[in-house]
Amino acid sequence: MMEYEAVIGLEVHAELKTKSKIFCSCSTEFGADPNTQVCPICLGHPGTLPVLNKRVVDFAIKAALALNCDIAEYTKFDRKNYFYPDLPKGYQTSQYDFPIAENGYLTIKINGKEKRIGITRLHMEEDAGKLIHSGDDIARADYSLVDFNRAGVPLIEIVSEPDIRTPEEARVYLEQLKAILQYTEVSDCKMQEGSLRCDANVSVRPKGSSKFGTKTELKNMNSFKALQKALEYEINRQIEQLEKGIPIVQETRTWNEQKGITEAMRSKEEAHDYRYFPEPDMVSLAIDREWVEEIRKSLPELPVERKNRLIRDYGLPEYDAEVITSSKALADFYDECVDIYDNPKEISNWVMGELLRLLNANNMEVEDSPIKPKDLVGLLELQKKGTISGKIAKQVFDEMFETGKDAETIVKEKNLVQISDVGELEKIIDKVMEANPKSVEDYRSGKERALKFLVGQVMKETKGKANPQLVNEIFKKKL
Amino acid sequence: MEVTKMKAHEIHEMLKKGDIGVRELTEVFLDRIEKIDDKIKAYITVNREKALEQADRVDAGIRKEENTDVLAGIPMALKDNICTKDINTTCSSKMLHNYKPPYNATVVEKLEEKGAVMLGKLNLDEFAMGSSTENSWFFTTRNPWDLERVPGGSSGGSAAAVAAGEAVYSLGSDTGGSIRQPAAFCGVVGLKPTYGRVSRNGLVAFASSLDQIGPITKDVKDCALVFQAITGFDPKDTTSVNTPVPDYEKILDDNIKGLRIGIPKEYFREGISSEVKDRIREAIDVLERLGAICEETSLPHTEYALPAYYIISTAEAGSNLARFDGVRYGYRNMDAEDLISMYSTTRSEGFGPEVKRRIILGTYALSSGNYDTYYLKALKVRTLIKQDFDRAWEEFDVLVTPTTPTTAFKMGEKTKDPVSMYVSDLLTVPANMAGIPAITVPCGLIDGLPVGMQIMAKPFAEDVLLKTAYAYECHRGFEITAPELEVN
Repeated sequence: MMEYEAVIGLEVHAELKTKSKIFCSCSTEFGADPNTQVCPICLGHPGTLPVLNKRVVDFAIKAALALNCDIAEYTKFDRKNYFYPDLPKGYQTSQYDFPIAENGYLTIKINGKEKRIGITRLHMEEDAGKLIHSGDDIARADYSLVDFNRAGVPLIEIVSEPDIRTPEEARVYLEQLKAILQYTEVSDCKMQEGSLRCDANVSVRPKGSSKFGTKTELKNMNSFKALQKALEYEINRQIEQLEKGIPIVQETRTWNEQKGITEAMRSKEEAHDYRYFPEPDMVSLAIDREWVEEIRKSLPELPVERKNRLIRDYGLPEYDAEVITSSKALADFYDECVDIYDNPKEISNWVMGELLRLLNANNMEVEDSPIKPKDLVGLLELQKKGTISGKIAKQVFDEMFETGKDAETIVKEKNLVQISDVGELEKIIDKVMEANPKSVEDYRSGKERALKFLVGQVMKETKGKANPQLVNEIFKKKL
Repeated sequence: MEVTKMKAHEIHEMLKKGDIGVRELTEVFLDRIEKIDDKIKAYITVNREKALEQADRVDAGIRKEENTDVLAGIPMALKDNICTKDINTTCSSKMLHNYKPPYNATVVEKLEEKGAVMLGKLNLDEFAMGSSTENSWFFTTRNPWDLERVPGGSSGGSAAAVAAGEAVYSLGSDTGGSIRQPAAFCGVVGLKPTYGRVSRNGLVAFASSLDQIGPITKDVKDCALVFQAITGFDPKDTTSVNTPVPDYEKILDDNIKGLRIGIPKEYFREGISSEVKDRIREAIDVLERLGAICEETSLPHTEYALPAYYIISTAEAGSNLARFDGVRYGYRNMDAEDLISMYSTTRSEGFGPEVKRRIILGTYALSSGNYDTYYLKALKVRTLIKQDFDRAWEEFDVLVTPTTPTTAFKMGEKTKDPVSMYVSDLLTVPANMAGIPAITVPCGLIDGLPVGMQIMAKPFAEDVLLKTAYAYECHRGFEITAPELEVN
């Protein structure tokens, strides 16, 4: 069988977190009641005109600089014409041939190897509203409602070069891009809320060939995992087709998460003719170099720099530093903990282990975590003081996550304070020794492992509250 | 003299002296509309109650001498593509026959602030596409000079209402001559300002890069006063230009000695009625007698203006009218079974034939494969036309031409052949393509029908335009007033 390689390019949309929309003063706040953040402009009433929100340009330039792009001296908006009920004006105001930024790149790292992925362009545009179908899906819906709160929320679209070769590279590129947009504070990048969306163009070709194969466009990947899985599926599908001698059809395909397959959505012939032309309701922009330099100076510490700082200042292993800096919110959480509790490695263990486990299990972002840095530190201090054992600490952490209460409250309420009273422990140990004469015998005849069993029995008896160190000591004395 | 025949600045004097009150004045106009508008058919909506409320408010302001503005209390009306809050703004289309905007156009806000009294909304060709008001979904407006003839268009209602004394002045919009052509046909003054001079916020867009709102008035002084009131930068329209606005009334005098006037020969070619040319030459004689220096010149790309205009304006219109989809406001076919048929039946039934023709033209011009051949080429022609004018301004202060190739034509005369209708905008379209200001002022009659002289100037030189038109008007030696209608 011939060896193939994939050629992948990503188109990423990120909502900018400006306070107001791109062409009017309506709020961009997520989650408000339908159609409460609308006005004649974002509803596309006749006679209304767009007034560009300068912050949008600020944010776009900031993101573009963080992605090593060249900022255009001249840029303009264009109309992308198509009909859909969520699109109030019948066209989307976007940028076509003179985007705000071009020619950037982003560096990804896989298995210790760095690779540069080119960024073709970054442009500004407005988001559309959202359709809410009466049934579970559009085909069976009796009617659909439109919420225009999102219409006019500013977006940047970031188009990569076809430099990506594997689904893993694609996922890492997207993770890295998300981190950069969060670090520069231009976007929340919450995939579940739709503030970060990703389409992929993918084709395959015989390895070593420099010619591109026919590509398909993939849509509807709503998580990093989905992106990787959709690409894996699609690449295999294309290779299987080619092996059977069936040519690839240029088309748009949608990722079906339940079935785990990509499905044809529309063919090239059915593709829209967007009839782009310059937006006559807006003037073109000349981007002042001083403005660009001012923004460049204001750029915050980016993920790579922050990672290096964690390694340097806290002596974290590279892996820990990478996981923690993969999201700005997580890194901020970490830094806040370290500021008030001086044990960087212990904190990184908790953050990477317990915190991420619970967040992922509950499909939550760090920002939404019920456990705040001071709560985690409070827990670690109880453990350090010997008030609770390490085992209990994990149990308390789960409880804190679930209830939002602090560690001390939970420890008190549930009576989880560690038993360090020697007299009390001796009584329990005597009971355990009495009940397990075989193990006592084993230990005395030199089987070290028997002690572990006995200690375990004590822990069981005390519901984990016994101070393990003391238990060990008393056992050794008695045996 | 009857107030319905008077100019705004004359009525202002009466109001100031207390010879008449604003309410009484408003009632006179409302009564006249009631009496004669079934003949003229200028009004789609008469705003009786709100007009009288406003009249009472302004009356109080004038009595207390709080409001001394020259336009305070003056009854006027608006082309029905200018948005008025909670008052129907139909664009003469079935699509918007019941549409009440949630906001006022900037020009409406400005006039309201001055104390203007808005009598109602005036007929136009559907979405301002046409030259006769025959494309209105409601009815055709009649020319007050001859009820068998059209008033011109698309601001036909605006011109006819002023000529027939149904409003002291009105606002129209001009994308390719839609203020000037009807003003010329109805024997009144019409100004298309420099692109960017007047805010387009609240003007239902036809072709965004060409549209401008402007006044239609009985004389040049009123034109200057109304223009003064509506002009200026508007933060809600970023294509409006932030340049100082002069005091136009102050610059009005009849001294045009040494004014350099260019007469572009392309505007006097075949297709232009010889009698129209005669009237313009007589008007040029008047200007020369006043000391202006007149000289023939050439704008070589003039003939390409109209075809290029029909590419650019329809391309923009096709996109601008996409929002009329039945989803959020206006007409919707309620029987449609699915989304696509809702779109297609709503738009097939909501738009009239001329609007559909232009949407199709514009969509074609922008379609993939046609963009370079049509749209891009038209943009290049537009640049050449601008350059023609730029060269002219090196030698001349203003250019003088006929406003229209003929006088008002009969109803039905051109409806069968869209291109013959388009040609009536031949002489007005270049000013829109170049973004320059242009005014039309009545310069005589042919067989009892008015003729308009067009004066064009460089961008933001409305002061020169108004001054030239004013000097001519003072010295032309005749008044032009539409004959009184016979009313039972």
